Amino acid sequence: MTALDLRDVRKVYRSGDADVVALDHASLSVADDEIVALLGPSGSGKTTLLSIAGGLLSSTSGSVVVAGHDITDAGSKELTEFRRREVGFVFQSVNLVPFLTAKENLMVVDELGRTRSRSASRRRAEQLLGELGLGERTDNVPGQLSGGERQRVAIGRALMNEPRIVFFDEPTSALDTHLGEQVMELIRTEVKGRGTAAVVVTHDLRMTAHVDRTLHITDGVLGA
Amino acid sequence: MRLALREMRRRPNRFAVATIVLTLLTVLLVFLGGLLDGLYLGSTGLIRAQRADVFVFSAASRQSFLRSRIDPPLRAQVEQAPGVQVVGGLGVALVGGKVQGRSGLADTAVVGYELPANGVPGPPPPGEAYADRRLEADGVKVGQTIELGPALVPVKVVGWVRDTNYLLQGALWVAPVTWRDVQARSRPDETLSAGVFQVLVVRGAGSASQLARQVDAATGGATKSLTRDAAILSLPGTKEQKNTFNQIIFTTFAVAVLVVGLFFALLTIERTALYGVLKAIGASTGQLFVGVVVQAVVCAFVAFVVGAAIAFGVAALVPASLPLLLQSSRVATTLAGIVVAAAVGAVFSLRRVVHIDPASAIGSAS
Repeated sequence: MTALDLRDVRKVYRSGDADVVALDHASLSVADDEIVALLGPSGSGKTTLLSIAGGLLSSTSGSVVVAGHDITDAGSKELTEFRRREVGFVFQSVNLVPFLTAKENLMVVDELGRTRSRSASRRRAEQLLGELGLGERTDNVPGQLSGGERQRVAIGRALMNEPRIVFFDEPTSALDTHLGEQVMELIRTEVKGRGTAAVVVTHDLRMTAHVDRTLHITDGVLGA
Repeated sequence: MRLALREMRRRPNRFAVATIVLTLLTVLLVFLGGLLDGLYLGSTGLIRAQRADVFVFSAASRQSFLRSRIDPPLRAQVEQAPGVQVVGGLGVALVGGKVQGRSGLADTAVVGYELPANGVPGPPPPGEAYADRRLEADGVKVGQTIELGPALVPVKVVGWVRDTNYLLQGALWVAPVTWRDVQARSRPDETLSAGVFQVLVVRGAGSASQLARQVDAATGGATKSLTRDAAILSLPGTKEQKNTFNQIIFTTFAVAVLVVGLFFALLTIERTALYGVLKAIGASTGQLFVGVVVQAVVCAFVAFVVGAAIAFGVAALVPASLPLLLQSSRVATTLAGIVVAAAVGAVFSLRRVVHIDPASAIGSAS
């Protein structure tokens, strides 16, 4: 099975009178339990690719199939529903809801989707946080957690809706090398353990040791 | 919605400024409404108390009780008008009343009447009066004799009535003969003969406006008949007072809309990154917007509760002479108004919420 299938995807932005090609005929397939790293310098188009694959952005042309859903021409409402149910995100700056506890930050995913009962949602959040080594920190707000703990909560949030694929945007950029290695290992363990696919955007070559495949992107062109 | 409420519970300080401003506006609104009601009800009780469809003034009086005169021949014409069933005379004399044990004068409206009114029995014997409760603040008691006007006409209070005042003067309901006596001895130039009244109250068949037209037609234009609502608005200053207060009240509600609008617009700008993340993980624009509206409404509700409590507390301390009347209907209207104003104000944030791009959560597209 394929978790992600991008075919000939192109994204063009209008900047003044000129067209800027952010993504140029990119094709990418990610298997169900595969972890792919997307490596490239700033401005190379890796975030654009991640946004299109995650249903945050529409492509100018090409086809986008994620978790069996063709979202190429999906409207804003369909994309919202798609993101709610099919994919997970871990953002560069973590971006947890600051006034919610670790557990509530996970439960918010179910609240938005109304997918589980409150008690079932609580059980799942506690279970995930336990698995992520945060069993004792479930009632702490992000301000009371370390950078690594916050990152683990963010990973838990991304896994809350049992997605087919998780997108990681520079998950280690705010962490030191040691902690970064730990987080990448955790990502690998959690993702592989669930048979979930992952795409990890990074500019740190050392992190690619933890993935199955590394792709380079330069000036919007995806290469091996 | 749960997220929005949790934010309010855990970060109440964020909403303090808006809530405090809305609280002050609520206090202002409750007071303005209370003053409007106090002035309006304190001025119009005499007319509202009448069981009448139509009030008949003499044509030249320009609908003034004090200028109007209806003599017996004119009254007979009114009584003969089609549709007229019951006719009663009514007159008012505004005089100062000397109350035992008090140094100042109580402002009184001595009302001479023939027909029982709502909450007012038929006329008492000459020299006696039913006093409106308003006069309690001036030291009036049942069984006491008040001396009215410069001639100190004695009138004994034999009972209480409520909400029957005229132009903010405490009403003393007396027999027509007592009223004429007070009028003649206080204002000799305006002495009225027996049988003459200022106004007639008329009950009849059909609609009030039709009855008014029929009465005026029957008197050949010698009278000007008004429906109850028109008679109330014809009282000096009543319409102007009501319009002025209502304009201030509407302006205050508009200020509340602006306060909420600006506050939540700023809050939404501050939350752009958070909303971007929430949208990215599946929050719809509708869910986020409902959260903003809920927060605005909760702010307004809390502000209302605190503001109304302050207003009631302060109202208990103001002197009885201030025409302030806090009615539950007015308070409920203020609650509804402030909540609607908050919801409308929150709508200003809708455009911003709609335009937040979920892709912004993942960094600028590169």
